[in-house]
Amino acid sequence: MAKKAASEKLIRKGVRTDGRKPTELRNIRIDVGPLERADGSAYIEWGKNKILVAVYGPREVHPRHLARPDRAFFRCRYHMAPFSTAERKRPAPSRREIELSKVTRVALEPAIITELFPRTGIDVFIEVLQSDGGTRCAGITASSIALADAGVPMRDLVVACAAGKIDGQIVLDLNEIEDQDGEADVPVAIMPRTGGISLLQMDGILSPAEFKEALALALDGCKQVYERQKDALKGAYGQADTSMDEEGDSVGGDTHE
Amino acid sequence: MSDAYKIVAKITQKQIVDGLQQNTRLDGRGLLEYRPITTELGLIEKASGSALVSIGKTKILTGVKIETGEPYPDRPDEGVLTVNAELIPLAAPDYEPGPPGEDAIELARVVDRGLRESKAVDLKKLCIVPGKQVFVIFVDLNVLDHRGNLFDASALASVLALMNAEMQAYTVTKGGELKYRDSTVRLPLQNFPVEVTVAKIGDKMVVDTSLEEETVIDAQITIAIGKDDEVCAVQKSLFGTFSQEEIHQALEIAVEKATEIRAKVLRGVGGWLDGSE
Repeated sequence: MAKKAASEKLIRKGVRTDGRKPTELRNIRIDVGPLERADGSAYIEWGKNKILVAVYGPREVHPRHLARPDRAFFRCRYHMAPFSTAERKRPAPSRREIELSKVTRVALEPAIITELFPRTGIDVFIEVLQSDGGTRCAGITASSIALADAGVPMRDLVVACAAGKIDGQIVLDLNEIEDQDGEADVPVAIMPRTGGISLLQMDGILSPAEFKEALALALDGCKQVYERQKDALKGAYGQADTSMDEEGDSVGGDTHE
Repeated sequence: MSDAYKIVAKITQKQIVDGLQQNTRLDGRGLLEYRPITTELGLIEKASGSALVSIGKTKILTGVKIETGEPYPDRPDEGVLTVNAELIPLAAPDYEPGPPGEDAIELARVVDRGLRESKAVDLKKLCIVPGKQVFVIFVDLNVLDHRGNLFDASALASVLALMNAEMQAYTVTKGGELKYRDSTVRLPLQNFPVEVTVAKIGDKMVVDTSLEEETVIDAQITIAIGKDDEVCAVQKSLFGTFSQEEIHQALEIAVEKATEIRAKVLRGVGGWLDGSE
């Protein structure tokens, strides 16, 4: 196995490049319903990732032949703004974005009760405004909040989080540098009430035992993110537990968009 | 994948699902048994390497072409590997001409990830002048007949085409000029990943699903396994979910099947994996 040029270490004395411990998540802030025109929307800041999601539908499907007689037609578009990356990203959808649109759809669809809305379409639009590693997980997490905000009936929320390997160690929630210079990345999405895994990808090199360890850590991360999702929805729609509210406020820090 | 080809009689689907409960499949295979795999190598003379792989009636043809080009700015001293997949309209009634769609792109990227992450090709050895000129390896795979399990067949055809490939030997002059010689050399390969797709139908795990079986899959996962049993790429696809336990099960199956296929199908091709390295 090729070892990275041992120039910069990603973990020094148990601390990662952004100051986190190996099994620590980045700060996550979720806003429910920031957009006016969309039927449902969400904004998520996950570390330096900034992502907006809009949901339209159930509504008429265009083009019409896509309509299904027995359920809603569910579509996702994952897209990165040209200014979201270090080097300008060309606005046309890349192969990566097309694949991520597909895996996002596959991750979310098991949760949506599409059979309640035959002949209609439900669209999820994910716009990455700034990316810093882990955008697909943040996008999926925000999408299920936007779907809830749109009132789309769901069996469960969908929550995503990645684990990976850097400097020979299995860690939670890789940022961009760790993703690029690390040894492996394992993004996972689950429906938390059943534990059903609806997204699982991996690239890099892991032994089977390490892969199982990374999967377990990612699942643990998902459970933590799930709490943030619930807090966000309670904050927007319900009488949230006040102790949680305070905690939620301190997480985001900067409230300026 | 798309709904259009799901034209399989309900009664057949029921037979498949019921049969699996008794651990039998319509074509008589075991649950963890592949259809016969056959390979034909080097049948496209104009390509640097090529492989036609059949798994049962599924047929994939992969060609490797080698050109020179510029490296990626963030990897100035490495050659470039690109994988492209075409679901051409002759392979199935619902495939249409046009630029690659979502399914073709996913297929290409899953094959690409298996090769790239396992470091199948030593790209550092394909650099001519750092930052300026490198070799670019194009792996183009064409689905010729779609009878199920495109991921595994495509990955197999691609690694075989690379093993089959030869490039012209060359030297680089002091001035950084590329000079070809009259002989040929093998590509600098160092890993031989095999991708195994495990499908869940009801509560049963099966490998190498046929087209008919693919209409009743609940969820599937493709796992690329390198020569030291390392996991180098994973892609869960299709709707439906797995439990953590089921993923562990799929991983075990993938490691076992990959080892088996590597020994039976890859060993000795192009002089690789004959036990000497």
